[in-house]
Amino acid sequence: MTDTLVTYSNIAVYSAMAIYALAFIMFTLDLSRRAAAPAAVPARVEAVASGSTAVLVEPPLVDDAPTKSPRYLRAAMALTILAWALHVAAAVLRGVAAGRVPWANMFEFTLTATAIIVGVFLVVQFWQDLRFVGAFVSGFVLIALGIAATNFYVDVVPLPPALQSAWLVIHVFVASLGTGFFALGAALSIVQLLQARRAAGKAAGLRFLDTLPAAEKLENMAYRMIVVGFVLWTFTLIAGAIWAERAWGRYWGWDTKEVWTFIIWTIFAGYIHARATRGWRGSRSATLAIIGFTAVVFNFTIVNLFFKGLHAYSGL
Amino acid sequence: MSQPSEPTQTDSYRPQGHYDAAEAPIQQPKLGFVGYLRFFWRQLTSMRTALFLLLLLAIAAIPGSLVPQVSSDPNGVIQYKANNPELAPILDKLQVFTTYSSVWFSAIYLLLFVSLIGCVIPRTKHHFDALRARPPKTPARLQRLEGFTTRSAAGDPATAVETARALLKRAGYRTEVYDDSVSAERGYLRETGNLVFHTALIGVLVAVGIGGGFGYTGQRVVVEGYAMTNTLASYDSFNPGRFFTDSALVPYSIAVDSFVPTYETTNIAAFGQPIDYVANVRTTLRGGDPQDATIKVNEPLHIGDTQVYLLGNGYAPVLTIKDPDGNIVFSQPTACLPQDANLTSNCIIKLPDGLAEQVGMIGFFYPSAVPLADGTLMSNFPDTINPVISLNMYTGDLGLDNGVGSNAYALSLDNLTQIAGAASATPAIKLSPGESADLPDGLGTIEFTSVPRFVSLDVHHDPAQTWVLLFAVLVVAGLVTSLFIPRRRVWVKVASSADGVLELEYAGLARGDDPGLDAAVAELADRHLDQLAPKVEP
Ligand code: HEM
Repeated sequence: MTDTLVTYSNIAVYSAMAIYALAFIMFTLDLSRRAAAPAAVPARVEAVASGSTAVLVEPPLVDDAPTKSPRYLRAAMALTILAWALHVAAAVLRGVAAGRVPWANMFEFTLTATAIIVGVFLVVQFWQDLRFVGAFVSGFVLIALGIAATNFYVDVVPLPPALQSAWLVIHVFVASLGTGFFALGAALSIVQLLQARRAAGKAAGLRFLDTLPAAEKLENMAYRMIVVGFVLWTFTLIAGAIWAERAWGRYWGWDTKEVWTFIIWTIFAGYIHARATRGWRGSRSATLAIIGFTAVVFNFTIVNLFFKGLHAYSGL
Repeated sequence: MSQPSEPTQTDSYRPQGHYDAAEAPIQQPKLGFVGYLRFFWRQLTSMRTALFLLLLLAIAAIPGSLVPQVSSDPNGVIQYKANNPELAPILDKLQVFTTYSSVWFSAIYLLLFVSLIGCVIPRTKHHFDALRARPPKTPARLQRLEGFTTRSAAGDPATAVETARALLKRAGYRTEVYDDSVSAERGYLRETGNLVFHTALIGVLVAVGIGGGFGYTGQRVVVEGYAMTNTLASYDSFNPGRFFTDSALVPYSIAVDSFVPTYETTNIAAFGQPIDYVANVRTTLRGGDPQDATIKVNEPLHIGDTQVYLLGNGYAPVLTIKDPDGNIVFSQPTACLPQDANLTSNCIIKLPDGLAEQVGMIGFFYPSAVPLADGTLMSNFPDTINPVISLNMYTGDLGLDNGVGSNAYALSLDNLTQIAGAASATPAIKLSPGESADLPDGLGTIEFTSVPRFVSLDVHHDPAQTWVLLFAVLVVAGLVTSLFIPRRRVWVKVASSADGVLELEYAGLARGDDPGLDAAVAELADRHLDQLAPKVEP
């Protein structure tokens, strides 16, 4: 029974990866289409120059461009949704097979966290059109799943005593959710940096940028993502401390994983401050957001695999 | 900055360098000591300094994750020093093995918190004033502000103003009428949340400090059938806080009746993996009646202002050693250190007295022994399916008499000669429970009597732990409030034109990130118009 479910789960993972790959191609084609299309709107420099409190010029969305309907984009989104459904199914089947939440070792963390990242990406669309970071999201998730399936894969095993806690459910889930928002924030910040370079005349050639929001608008969107991520991360930190108190007998011990969670928290606190500090808005704070997300990925991979500490739950 | 210029008497106080604050002229320190002090203080409490210190703190935390720390991994530190004889002394000088209590790390976070206090106090004071101030005068021209929109309606100006004011009041704004306009402001909670957040951070730091200062932690290995007491002498190791006094130790005892592990046996991929650990104990608090309790991983025992954690376990074989006349010279459990997941364990026994010579033993205990091709043993399951102990024996000088405290879990072979084991004529002694053997050289006999388990218990007392949690909850609450409550101003202006038609103007101003402002102003305008001229169903 368990074996059958695990087999189905693995088939679903590989199918999802194949479809994410297609989605990634479509997202990329969409970006190149944007580059090819005559710029539907002039560069919106006026928005860049506007004050800190206002986004005076709402840049027209891509869809408004009457020249070509974003066929690739729609296909890419449909594929992403399909891949995500399979991806979630894979995680759920894995959880059912194991009889517990599907995030107790590196393979399962990656499986679930990437599903959450895509979930955040999809849900946020209802509220703000962020489809232009689809290539980033699908590409990132594809690579992460690929590494997990080939390098982190482990069989379903029961939970060791230290992991048998409601905090496993809460702490890890919220951390993954926070990671999803940080990922989107980083993606937006990358586009923002490109856009700022372009506005400064340093990035000629990236013509698809013409169809994307201006740097300041991107900065505001990134900020909103990261702020949500930051609240979730703060909660993760506290929930982790409560759990550490139960399982290891102290709420804070500068264990390597604790150190890195703290470093990430501090970097993003720095990011939020940078946004409020004269001279640090714009590209500098965007760089901090990207460094912060890099630290998240580092914490999840290098620290898990190569650093010694109490969080030895990679299962590898 | 393209900040519209308008009255700022209810603005929040902004630290120097805040993008929203007036750009202060470059200030040369005024001559004199006080002048310098004031200059220095202003620099320390500026946004740029706060940012710099935050980023510095993040960087300073990195080395401690690359190099083992005395506090969390003392054996790792010893090993690291042995492996890096060149680098280790330098790192030691730089306090890298104790990064998080090092002078430089402490300096950074203390400066950060001084900056934080210097930042929070004036803001709090200003915020209290702002709470009592009236919303600012309506700007002369609303056109340049956000979400600017106009409507026109019939009616008289006074009613229009009053209706707008009532609408805004209901929406949670504080309002003030200036001539033919309403000035409204909401979201003071945003600044309140921000101040609660920063103040709670200070609370966390102070509570952690107090807890560490007055608390203590102690470790004790207890074998099944034995007990520990909460007294200094009873602990194997004890770490008091700086302000610890003996009176903080509430007298109690914990007797370990049994330790029951459960191991996976059906799932082949996880064969032998621990599923559950339960220590069944009897506790006696302040000489009261004994009570039964259990301690599990993730479920510590709460007793006498302490938490007692089950952090480790293993085997403690009981060996009985007799001299040639049959007198018992040693009969007690020896806690053996687990070496691997199947609990192959390393046992050290020292017998300074009782036999003709000082005797030391290094043993390996295998709970489920299986022979390997080369004749050595290994354990293939953590439970006792086929328990065997194998002992190498030594005679000579154990080095216990020189007054230097020695490690119970290590045997120095410097002045010892092997009498049983691969390097001597007699092979290592191998025993299962119930078996006995003669010691070499006619020293006596040894019996493997039984094999109880031991648990290692960690006892923690932290008087401020609840406070840390409370401040942490305030941190989150303050954060959510300050990040998600918009702080905004809204104005409604009424002008009547010659033909009796009212020209209504609406506009807003965001204080901080406020994505919903335009929509909020438009909605206000529509609802205002609805109230002034209720739609008549056709
Ligand atoms: C332990 C160090 C600090 C941490 C972790 C920290 C963290 C944060 C966070 C997370 C926020 C955004 C949430 C909110 O608005 O409440 C924030 C905002 C803010 N912090 Fe700090 N902070 C620290 C120290 C300081 C210091 C020393 C100052 C004064 C110079 C300061 C001034 C501010 C201000 C003015 C804001 C509002 C920013 C805005 O207008 O958007 N903080 N801080």
